Amino acid sequence: MNTESTGPERPTISGWYELFSRGSRDWLRHSEKIRAAVREHLPQIVAGSDIINDGARTVQVPVRMLEHYRFRLRADDEQTGVGQGKAKPGDVLGQENAEGGPGQKGSGGRERGGTDLMLEFKVDEIIDWLWEDLQLPNLQPRAGPSEELEWKREGWDRRGARSRLDRRRSLKESVKRRSLDPGSPAFIDEDLRYRQLTRRHQPAVRAAVFFLLDVSASMTERDRQLAKTFFFWVAAGLRREYQALDIVFIAHTTDAWEFSEADFFKVTGSGGTVASVGFAKVREIMQARCNPSNCNVYLFYASDGDNAADDQVQARSELEGIAKLSRYSGYVEISPSAARSTTTEMFQLFQEVAATGVPSGRFAITGPDDITAAVRHFFAAESQAAQIDPQAIAP
Amino acid sequence: MTHDWREHVPRLENLARTLGLDWSPVIFEAVPDSFMTEIAVYGLPVRMPHWSFGARYIYQLVQRHMGYSRLFEVVFPGNPGHAYLASSNGIADNILVTAHVLGHADFSKNNLLFRRCQEQGSEHIVEHAASHARQIERDIETYGQSAVERVLDAALSLEQYIDHDQALRREHYPEYVASSKLRVDDVFRTRFTALDAGVCAASESRNIRAHLPPHPERDLLWFIATYAPEMESWERDIFLAVREESFYFYPVYATQIMNEGWASYWHARLLREADFIPQAAYLDAIKCHSDVVRPIAAGEKSSLAVNPYHLGFSLWEDIVKRWGIDAARQIRREDDDFSFLRNHLTLDLATDMGLFRYQREQNGQVKVVSGEIEALREGLLIDKYNFGAPRVSVIEVRSDGTLVLQHDTQLDGRGLDVERTRKVLQYVKSVWRRPVLLKTVDAASQPVEVSADSAAAA
Repeated sequence: MNTESTGPERPTISGWYELFSRGSRDWLRHSEKIRAAVREHLPQIVAGSDIINDGARTVQVPVRMLEHYRFRLRADDEQTGVGQGKAKPGDVLGQENAEGGPGQKGSGGRERGGTDLMLEFKVDEIIDWLWEDLQLPNLQPRAGPSEELEWKREGWDRRGARSRLDRRRSLKESVKRRSLDPGSPAFIDEDLRYRQLTRRHQPAVRAAVFFLLDVSASMTERDRQLAKTFFFWVAAGLRREYQALDIVFIAHTTDAWEFSEADFFKVTGSGGTVASVGFAKVREIMQARCNPSNCNVYLFYASDGDNAADDQVQARSELEGIAKLSRYSGYVEISPSAARSTTTEMFQLFQEVAATGVPSGRFAITGPDDITAAVRHFFAAESQAAQIDPQAIAP
Repeated sequence: MTHDWREHVPRLENLARTLGLDWSPVIFEAVPDSFMTEIAVYGLPVRMPHWSFGARYIYQLVQRHMGYSRLFEVVFPGNPGHAYLASSNGIADNILVTAHVLGHADFSKNNLLFRRCQEQGSEHIVEHAASHARQIERDIETYGQSAVERVLDAALSLEQYIDHDQALRREHYPEYVASSKLRVDDVFRTRFTALDAGVCAASESRNIRAHLPPHPERDLLWFIATYAPEMESWERDIFLAVREESFYFYPVYATQIMNEGWASYWHARLLREADFIPQAAYLDAIKCHSDVVRPIAAGEKSSLAVNPYHLGFSLWEDIVKRWGIDAARQIRREDDDFSFLRNHLTLDLATDMGLFRYQREQNGQVKVVSGEIEALREGLLIDKYNFGAPRVSVIEVRSDGTLVLQHDTQLDGRGLDVERTRKVLQYVKSVWRRPVLLKTVDAASQPVEVSADSAAAA
């Protein structure tokens, strides 16, 4: 038995059938549709905070096979069927998992139930989806001394480095030459074309983004995790979108420290909350490292909204100072419910600062599913126009 | 001895002819397992692309991988018929399978239900399905993947809704019907009729627009393709292509027990009477036969499903023993699974086979219940009506174009799953392009209307 032995009459036939791959083709289409469907559940994927801690490059998402719907009878409480074997009336043939049972009738088991698959998504892919059409608000190119020189591809030459040989162009030259002189060799040195590079002045788009996180005792583990997840996706997205970008990670309680990115996502703390200390740290670093006149400065502050009562005045003047120099200052409040957010000290503080006319925004995160919305709120191009700032016009 | 099973094909065919089998020529081809899997999933060797087949394909692949199922052959009736044999079959398997295929070929040539559908065009279903696939691939190039997919989502979800008692090519309903009530009873009309016969004849034949459809129509694919107010012609073609394939599938589905039983009866008999098969191959083939018609998996005491091969095989053996082979041939000609089981599954046979009815209770407990032979037969047949799908028909197209479907809750015993129904209606609405709604009953047996857009409303 083998297909090869059918060979003598039709030598190619078994090979021909190997070419069929309709099943795989339709399976790919099914996967495509699943990925599109999963994309609609972006908030849940983004909320999976284990990405931050593991530094994983992929995320596993359990999905169900898509169902092609048919008319089906509603599940019946009592199902009957016919079986075969040694059994007499009254026998109990064991416990069945109730799941596989109902709803399967009618289809006679030909349809599969909801089979689970694990789909793997690259973190980059998720960033793509999350950051589609997102940008830093009010970003302005700042010409001046920090203008950058960049190598750009421009033009072709007959001489150049081997690695920059343009094969398509060289082939064209060869075709042209041979059409004039048929019979000449396929390639000669004169055909070869090399891409050339030149230095160009690029207007610099420099930006520094300050992430300020309240890690005082009032921020629970859950609150910190939410805030860090938010910062993780914002950092990942900004890095992708902007080449020249400094991100500064600061955490504060009654004191404030700068952290490296890796440490920032692990930081915990205890003690009270003095926001002005955090703002002061931001200002200090801002003055030391970037000149606001040729650098776009952004501040994002995450907190549960509480601040020491005697610090309000101080915090306000610090924040106003930063906000004036910044392109945008955003406040993310981690709150257990959306209702509470407008009444906290910090929320009001940012509201007052926004009322002075500087670009600023606020968003309350109440649970993991809000993270996507928060990122969109601050970085979506279309919402930015409206964001600056409704209260400034109508206080 | 040769290693090629093809050597045995003409010998088996000769033997089958002398035993009175009668079939259209069959082309045998050995194909790779991957191709067999595709045939099992698509139901046809070349069929239209759709993502739902992809999901089933993976499921099959996993099943096959885990050794749950193995497919020896698939045969497509027709003139000529096509038999695809898995190239992984052993020589003994293939001898058995060849004999089995001859049994199928005899069945499909002679069974009346098969013949009627074959005459409608499914004699060349393999070729037609391939041409449908080609046309749909062209449509994808012209109109785009998502537009074609939208139509296929709708057409394939209604795949089971054909009326196999009607012809494949159907005429439109008459658009007008003669007014049944001619008012000749009043004084004016009587005098008017007396005046001028010509004038009055003209007014008498006044027609009124017919109600659409004139009776509940269960051929949903045909009805939508024919009466959808704004369907593109390529969309109608897709509906009709799916419908033609369903016409082919119907007899396959509705005679499965008989057909598999008949083929198993004949492969067993041909094997017994063939003196040219080498001893070793014969033993292997007999072992393979007993695997195929085995009622219960090895090591199990009972099974909650009935193997159709075993059921059909036992019935045919019993029929031949009691009534003789000629009577069996007549039954093979005239019956389908419904009449086959109702007429020939006797209480004695059912008891011998150990068939029983069971009930799966709410807590998941499966209990054997006592039952009359009628209940047993109906239990075996319940999934066979209408391809096992709930009975739904068109009852009305309203003046605003709304398509009204009615679920036969009486026959099906309970209402439809509302969420799935809504999804199907959404598919349908995208081609019907007017509101679509369906009447069924809820859990409390109260009438509900499901529409494509809204939640169920009383």
